Formats: sequence, structure tokens, C-alpha cells
Amino acid sequence: MTPDTILPMIFGRIGLDSLPFVPAILNPSTSEFIAAGAAGVVFLGAFIVLGVVTWFGWWGPLWRDWLTSTDHKRIGIMYIVLALVMMARGVIEGALMRVQQGVGLDGGFLSDGHFSELFSTHGTIMIFFVAMPFISGVINYVMPLQIGARDVSFPVLNQISLALTAVGAALIMISLILGKFSTGGWPAYPPYTGLAFNPGPGPDYWIWSVGIAGLGSTLSGINFAVTIYKERAPGMTLFRMPLFTWTVLCTAIIMVFAMPPLTVATATLALDRYLDFHFYTNDLGGNMMNYVNLFWLFGHPEVYLLILPAYGIFSEVIATYSGKRLYGYMSLVVATMSISVLSFTVWLHHFFTMGQSANVNIAFGIASMFIAVPTGVKVYDWMATMYRGRIRFSVPMVYATGFLMLFVIGGLTGVMLANPTISFQVHNTLFLVAHFHNVIIPGVLFGLLAGYHYWFPKAFGFRLNTRWGYITAVLWIVGFCVTFFPLYVLGLMGMPRRSVSFTDPSFEPLTLIAMGGAMLVLMALSSLMIQLWISVRDRATAQVPLGDPWNGRTLEWSIPSPPPEYNFAVIPQVWSRDAFAADKEAGIAYQEPETYDAIAVPSNTSIGMVVCIGGVLLGLGMVWYMWWLAAVSFLGIVGAFIVRSFQTDTHRIIPAAQVARDHRVWLAQIAASPEVTRAQECSPANRGRAMNERPEPSL
Amino acid sequence: MSELRVTALNSCCALSKRLVGSVLMLTLLTGCTDIADSFLDPHGPIAAAQKLHFMRVTGLTMIAVAPVLIFVPLILWRFRYRNQRARYLPDWEYSAPLEIVMWGVPAAIIVALSTMLWHSTKALDPYRPLVSDQPPLNVQVVGLDWKWLFLYPEQGIATVGELAFPAGRPVALTLTSDTVMQSFLISALAGQIYVMPGMTTKLQLLADAPGRFEGENTQFNGTGFVHQKFPAIAMTDTDFDAWVNSVKSDGIVLDDSSYGVLAAPSTEAEAHQILATSSMPDNALYFSPTQPDLFSAITHRYHQGRPIPPNAQPGSAAFAPPRAEDTPKPAAETETPQ
Amino acid sequence: MTQFERKHPGLNLGSHHGAAHDQAEALVFGFWVFLMSDLIIFGLMFATYITMQGPMAEAGGPGPAQLYDLRSAWIQTLLLLTSSLTFGLASLAMRHKHGVAPVVVPLVVTLGLGLTFLGFELHDFQGMLAQGAGPGRSGFLSAFFGLVPLHGLHVTAGCIWLMVMLAQIAVFGLSDMVKLRLLRLGLFWHFLDIIWIGIFSIVYLAGLTG
Repeated sequence: MTPDTILPMIFGRIGLDSLPFVPAILNPSTSEFIAAGAAGVVFLGAFIVLGVVTWFGWWGPLWRDWLTSTDHKRIGIMYIVLALVMMARGVIEGALMRVQQGVGLDGGFLSDGHFSELFSTHGTIMIFFVAMPFISGVINYVMPLQIGARDVSFPVLNQISLALTAVGAALIMISLILGKFSTGGWPAYPPYTGLAFNPGPGPDYWIWSVGIAGLGSTLSGINFAVTIYKERAPGMTLFRMPLFTWTVLCTAIIMVFAMPPLTVATATLALDRYLDFHFYTNDLGGNMMNYVNLFWLFGHPEVYLLILPAYGIFSEVIATYSGKRLYGYMSLVVATMSISVLSFTVWLHHFFTMGQSANVNIAFGIASMFIAVPTGVKVYDWMATMYRGRIRFSVPMVYATGFLMLFVIGGLTGVMLANPTISFQVHNTLFLVAHFHNVIIPGVLFGLLAGYHYWFPKAFGFRLNTRWGYITAVLWIVGFCVTFFPLYVLGLMGMPRRSVSFTDPSFEPLTLIAMGGAMLVLMALSSLMIQLWISVRDRATAQVPLGDPWNGRTLEWSIPSPPPEYNFAVIPQVWSRDAFAADKEAGIAYQEPETYDAIAVPSNTSIGMVVCIGGVLLGLGMVWYMWWLAAVSFLGIVGAFIVRSFQTDTHRIIPAAQVARDHRVWLAQIAASPEVTRAQECSPANRGRAMNERPEPSL
Repeated sequence: MSELRVTALNSCCALSKRLVGSVLMLTLLTGCTDIADSFLDPHGPIAAAQKLHFMRVTGLTMIAVAPVLIFVPLILWRFRYRNQRARYLPDWEYSAPLEIVMWGVPAAIIVALSTMLWHSTKALDPYRPLVSDQPPLNVQVVGLDWKWLFLYPEQGIATVGELAFPAGRPVALTLTSDTVMQSFLISALAGQIYVMPGMTTKLQLLADAPGRFEGENTQFNGTGFVHQKFPAIAMTDTDFDAWVNSVKSDGIVLDDSSYGVLAAPSTEAEAHQILATSSMPDNALYFSPTQPDLFSAITHRYHQGRPIPPNAQPGSAAFAPPRAEDTPKPAAETETPQ
Repeated sequence: MTQFERKHPGLNLGSHHGAAHDQAEALVFGFWVFLMSDLIIFGLMFATYITMQGPMAEAGGPGPAQLYDLRSAWIQTLLLLTSSLTFGLASLAMRHKHGVAPVVVPLVVTLGLGLTFLGFELHDFQGMLAQGAGPGRSGFLSAFFGLVPLHGLHVTAGCIWLMVMLAQIAVFGLSDMVKLRLLRLGLFWHFLDIIWIGIFSIVYLAGLTG
């Protein structure tokens, strides 16, 4: 055996040139320097994180309290941290593309290949590793609290879902250091992503990161759905659930049914690439149209999966800050359910131009337009919720306003695109890019940021800085408008998406404006980080340990901030919608229960970390053809599960006396604290006990 | 009823014209290049109908959108926390008449839009032959990485980088790809259609008057993607005949060898360096004669029951054109032109 | 305790521990949802298989008539259906009988039948590969090898799970935890049976008659 035969057996197809530093030295150009710089940032970032954790001796707490925790609240926070880290990369990539197109008249500074990697990673990251984990995080944190549950139904499965998402994110980060990512866009259409056209590791990175993260999402969906069906507090009937929980239920159902098509699409593409199958190849009877159908059979429900929880967040935020019941609860529930069902009937509108008969296009076009009806109803319901309310224009309400005003424009262009006649013209142009950013940024992202601001004090016990909150929100809104409205016009002017450069000088003023907008978005991202930093620094003046800083309406506000690991000292009894608001109205909130019970909470487990590390190694082994590594890590994961299945001691008991002691301390604090009015909402006086402000009786 | 719809539509169109007008102004003010590249500046009946439909949909949908844009700020201001004079009804959560309006108006708009969608999709189906007193000009389009090959079977000629046709006469395109999926669009004349290997799609064009329009691929297909553009040129009948003759006289033979150069992944400019003769224009390649069955040979390439290894797959980086050593100049490099 | 019996007609969990029943309820329900999700995967593979039939997808390669051995498929069907029956006997024994043996014996038979099924299936695949009819030959064969071995992999996973359960019975006896896991394994096993009926009808029967 010579090194020539042994090295490929060990390292697969990794070569020295897989490291981006090597081409940057051998073949220096701006593009290569940016690639090498990005790899350097990943290295440096990882190094700094490891260094800080070691220096402060945080490994123990990190392992005990976070990485091995099965607490839905901690898992939720870890999801959101993952999402924010990935969002930083995704936004920077987006801005880089805007800059490239800003100066892209006949050139620019990025190579074609680098640009196509950027739009592929940007899309993949933003959908799978920002929007999805952010949403899973918020759902994880809030939904069990809203339904009065101690945890999700399957806490260990929950940890595994997070681990699988983290595997995908890790693989996509590693692709910055080792090799290159796919250039096939986030849908990765074959045959372009097939072996004949892209033999390198790029599409394999896409397949494994998206495929593995997709499995995690399927499991999350099962977990959320079962939790909502089985873990609701007594008295909380389906039609007493908070609207956010309703949207989570619909999202969970969509996850269960829409993630499998993604699994099938990625798995069959992998079979084509690894085992010489011919599902989608040009030759031997492959049919790429099957992939396009499978992908969008996932892809379209996916966007509703993302937007529905955001609708739920806006429902909570608008009702709370309007000081009013949600208008049209039943309408909103019916609309949410209709959207979830309709979302499975419209996937073909992503490819009206594939040459199918006009009748097929008509059917899918009309189905797509009909989604506008329940969506419109929702927007009107939120307006009616604000009507005759007493609205505090808080930071989440700024996001909600931005959402209402901008989202309807996204809806308008959505109705346009549902028309095959119009789609034939603007499909694959920047008009389409502007449209989906117009629904995803004001819809999903603003919703998540509103939720982040709204529930942050619940999770950490202090409010986020308001001033920086306004600055951030305004920057996001203005940045969005300046970046993406020009893209609508550019699309109508005929500029195709994914263009690294252009030759028509009339595009330039608009690409430059969009570039300026991207700078505002970068500032918004920085401002979000600054806000977090300042809020943590000044947390002493924003403490809300009593748990109800916004005069909330639902059960999560009826417990301390941050909540104890068992959430509720005693499982609450629910009598109506807006359970906590009703209790406060009736004057029966904060009552001491008659008895306390011991509480069983799931004990820590390292299975998630086994899945996480094993999954990353499995993915790397597959991407780089290191078969031994893939086999060992796969068998390791299976073995770990079998070993774990023999473990019987999976719970830890918290004695009733301890529960009672903690709960009484908190109740005593409540009793000793004055109620604050909404005018004092953002002042240090607001420690989380709200005064119930009612209209004057003279009315 | 239909009259009512028409008046409603007209008033919507007025509104939409104002809204889209600003977009158009921008397009027209800044877009004064010699080549038309948007359906908002249409040069044929199909693009014109698409633009009209675009305006109508915008106008009609604005009925549902405008109230949101108007009333959200008003409600926010009127019912702000500090305005203690505004009526505050914290328990108000339902109103039957309001529900009917909220569901009814969007539903009515969507029903109206659906009817329009139905008619326009039928009428503008790219497979539907255009009604004309002249027989259509048949052109076969082959998507290659990163150029379009146009075959004129009736004239026995072929071009790359230039699609010429007589104005006022329908053009019936039959399209395929000899590499990955692409999407063919001449925005000023008609919508786009995908081209896929081993399959054919169809598209109909008609230009009202002579002119130059930008044609392009809109589906990303690799590093040369942005260079895959060409002028579509509508000519008078006599100019077109003269053009056909010049292609015939200036063209080189389109055989396996020259097709092999075209099929390798390269931009039109790179292929031009290898194949062009001095009598061809700077940005186009002319071929004559062509093999009469070339188009069907290309689509049948993928249905022969034999595997196509990367070196036989046009568009693949590993593609080695057949008999490459016979070509007069060295095979195309895959470097970018700039 | 009638309400608990209604919740879990297939199990006689200890009646003293109410929380265990609620937990069991969520576990079993969650497993049903998982099976639904898995069913979508099979559904899509079936759909892919159906669209990849005919001369275009066969690409000049062998089609169903040259490849499928109905006799072997029928034997596999009988093996799998019988294994479902024996698993059902184990489930009944778990509910009504005392002692471990009445549960373990049919489970061992089930495992044997499952492994025999896999043996026949692998033999069929080997025969096809020997004729040059592997997944690399045509889109049609890719769809076949995407669908039928996917079921086979599920059966393999089921067999491994069954072996683990036999070990757990040996370690823990028929504890509530073990019973609940056997209940879910039973669901999985019967689910694979239903999938196989689909494969037998759509792939083999329709392939040879159509």
C-alpha cells in the first residue's frame, strides 16, 4: 500500500486545495480574498468562543445547563441563538450580493462562481437555518407556557431535533472552510446539481445539511402537534387556545406533511449522485420535472409553515398592546386552517412556465389566489383588533405596523404572481426576489423580532432596551423598503435573478439604491446586537421578575420571569379564552393553590450531543467520500440509541416542598409590589405587575 | 352585471395606471437603450396583453389593499394610548356585518380575478398558435451552456446570438435544451418557457413592427449565465429575406465538429472567437447548411437507452467535443471572458 | 379503571399509576403521527414509481415483465402477512396471558419470518442485478430500487428493533416501558405490512398485468 492509495481511503476527496486559503494565495483576487476571509472569520469565531468558554470555566455549566438540557425553554433559547448567529452570516451574504449588483454594471468584484455560491448559501441559510430555527425556538419557548404545560410531550426528541438542525448549520459553516458550497440555488434543481454538471462536494453539502435539518423539523412537527393535542391544561379546549398556539398547531401539521417531500427530494438526489440512480439525470429515463414537483410540494407549504407562527405572534402582540381582546378569533382560526390546507394545493405556481397545459396552470393559479382571501381576512381582523383599543406604540407594535403596511404589498404582488399570464413575464426575475423577500421579511422576520422583543422579558427576567429597539425596528423597515422596492422595478424592467452582473446601464441607479438599502439592513442587524448588549448591561433598571410586564392576556404571563424549570407550580385551570386576562379581570390571579405536588422533570441526557457530533461527522464523511467515517458515525448514533433504550431512570423529582417554597416567595413579591399603569410600561417602575385599566364607567 | 364589472374594471385601471405609471415612468426615463427588454414596453400583442392583465390585476387587488394602507395609520393615531377621549371597548370582539364584509369583499375580488385569470391564461397559452393570415415562421431553439442556438428548418440555416424574424408574422418556436434546464424569455414580445433536455416546449411570438428586443435565459445555469443573452430582431419581409441570404452566404457548416464547439460550456463570445469568420457580425454566428434532423437528434440524444458519461454530455465541464482534434482552432477554454 | 382501558385497549398497564397512562397516550399518539409522516414518504415514492413507468423511463432496459417474479413476491407477501399475524398473537398474549413465554415465542417467530422475507427480497434483487437490471440501468429501475428496498430497509430496522426488544424483555421483563415499546413496534410492523400490500399490488401485480 502506498500513500497514494491510503490517503484517499482516509481523507476521501479532501485535498489541499479544498482549503480556501490555498486558492487565495495561488490565484489572488478579490473574490478569493473574501472567501478566505470568511473562512478566517469562522475559524476565529470558533476559536474565540472556545477560548472564552474555557477562560471563564463555562464548560461545566454549558454542558449541564444547556447542551444536555431537555427543558423546552433552554432548547428554545438555543434554537434562537443558532438562528441569530446564522442570520448574521445570511444578512452579510445578502448585503454582499447587493453590493456586487450595485457595482455590477459590466463586472463587479465577485467572480461568477463565488456569487452563485453566495445566493445558494444565502437562501439555504435564511430558510433552513434562520427562519426555521428561530420559529422552532419561539414555538419551543412559548407554546408549552401558553397551554399551561410543564414541557413538550417528548423532551428528549426535542433535544434531538435541535441537534439535527445544528448538524445542518454546522455543515454549512464548515463548507466555508472546507471546499465550496453548491451553486445551484436553494432549491438545487437537477440536472444542474447532478453529477454530470457538478461533480464537486457543493451539492453534497446542500443535500446533507438540508436533508438532516429537515429530519429534525419533521420530528419537531410531531412533537409540537402531540404537545398541543395532549398537554393542554384542564379547561383549555381547542377553541380557548391562544391564537399563537393555533398557528403552531397548523405549522406542526404542515411540518409533518410537508417535510417528507423534502426528505424524498434530497434522498433521491443523493441516490442519483452517490449510487448512480437515474431519478433526475438527463440520460436513461431520468425526469428532472419530478424533482421540481417534489421540492415545491415541500417548498410551498414551507413558506406557510414559516408565516403562520408569525401571524400568531402578531395576533398576540396586537391584542396585548391594544389592550383589547383579539377581534374575530373564530375567523382567524378558520383562516389559519384554510391557509394550511390550501398551502398543499398550490405548489405548481412555482413553475407555471414548465410547459404544462393551460388548464393545469389555471387550476393552480386560482387555488393560489384563493389563499389571499383568508390572508386578507387576517389583516382586517388585526385592524379591527386595534380599532377602539388603547394602543401603546411599543417596539413590537412598530414591527406589527411595518408588517401590516408592507405585507399587503407583498400580498398584492403575490396575487399578481398567481396569474400565469404575469408569472410568464416576471418569473425568475428580481420581481420574484422582491416578492418573496416582501412576504418573508415583513412577515416572518418582523413577526419573529416582534416576538423576540415581546417574550424576551419572560425568558430572561428583564426588558430589552426600548430606544435601541425603536432604532432597530425603523432601520429594518426602512432598510427593507429601500432594498427591495427597487428590485420590483428592476424585475419589471427585465433583470433576471441570480445575475452577477448586467450590461443595461438603466439598471444601475436602482441597483445602487438597493445597495444603500442593504447597508441599512446591515445597520439594523448591528443595531439588534447593540440593543442586546445595552439591554444586558443595563438590565438592573429593567427587571420584571413578577412576570407580567405588558399586561399580557395568556398563561405565559401568569408565572415568574424567568419561569422555574417546571413552568407552573400548579397546573392552571382554564375557564375561558385569554385565561390570564380573565383571571386578572375577575381578581383571581396570583392566588395561592391549596396543595402542591412533587413534579417529575426529565433528567439531562447527552444523546442530543451524540447525534449532533455524530451527525456532523456522518455528513462530512458523506460529502468528502470518507466512507469509514460515515459508517462509524452512523453506527455510533444507532448504538447510542440502543444503549439509551436500556436506561430506565429518565426523570428527576422536584419535591413539593421546594415547589411551594419558591412559589410562595414569588407570591409574596407580587403582593408587595404596586401595580403599574401602561404609561409606565417602559420605566424602571414596571417590575412585571400590571394594573388592569378599564374604560371609565361613564362610557 | 358585466357592464358593472367593466366600469369597475375601468376605474380600477385608472387607479392602477397611476400606480404602475410611476414604475413605467422610471422604466421609460432611465430605460432608453436601443433594445427593448420589458413587457411594460411591449412590442407585440402577447406582451401587450400581459401588460394589460398586469395593470388590471394590480387595480382590482388595490381595492383590498388600499384600505389597509389608509386605515392602519389612522387607527394607530386615533386610538393611541394617550388619546383618552377615543372610545375604548376592550371586550369588543365580534361583529357579524363586519365579518361578512371582511370575508365577502376579498372573496368577490378573487372570484373576479379568477375569471380574468381563466380567460387570459387560455388566451395567452404559449402552446396556442397565433391567429394570423400569414403562416408562422418555424424556429427551433436549442439551449446550450451559455448560448442559444436557433435553427431555421425551412431556410436550412442556423444562428447563435441573433434571432431574426419578419415583423407582423407569427413565429412558432419549438424549444429544447442540450444541457441543464434553462428558461427562454423575450420579454418585450412574450413570456418565458422552460427548455429541458430530451423534451420540447413551445412558444409563440409576434412583433408588431421592426425592432430589437432583448432575449435571455432567466434560469441560472452556471458561471456564464449572465452572458446568455441575444438580440431578437424583427425585420421587414425584404430585410428578413436579405438576412437569410447573408446567413446562407456567410455561414459555416453546422456539423458535429462546430456543434461540439457550441455545446462545450462557453459563452457566445468565446465560441465566436473559435468559429467566426470575418464576414460574420461581431456578436453572432451564422451556420449554413445545417443537418436537417439536428433538432430531433438533440432531443433523441437522451432517449437512446445508453448512459451519457460527462465527457459526452454537452454543458458538462468534462465535455470533450467529438473529433475535437479536427476543429481548426483549439477547443474553448472555460475561463470567463473579462 | 375503565377509562384507562378505553385509552389503551391493547395494553394492560399497571392501573396504579395514572401519569403513566397519560404519558403512554402521548407516546402512542406521537407514533401514529410519525407513521403518517412516513406514509407520505412512501406515498411519494409510489407516485415517483408510477410516473416512471413506460418506455421513456425504461430507457430501453428491461421492464416489469422481464424482471418480476410473481411467485417470489407472493411468497414474500405470505411471509410478511404471517409475521403480522404472529405479532398480533404476541400483542394478545401481552394483554391476556401471564408470563413472558407466550409473548416471546410469537415474537421470535415474527423475527424469523421477517428475516426470511428479507432473504427472499435480497435474492430477488441479486437476480435483477445479475441481469444488469440495477438502479443505474434506467429511471424505471431507479424508481423501483427507490421504493421496494426502502420498504426492505424499514423491515430491517423493524427486525433490529425486535431484537432489541427481545433483549429488553430479557432484562426488564414485561415492564410498562417494554409493553409500550412493543405496542409501537407492533404498529410499525403492521404499517409495513400495509405498505407491502401496496407494493405487491402496484409494483408486482399491476406491473405484470398492465
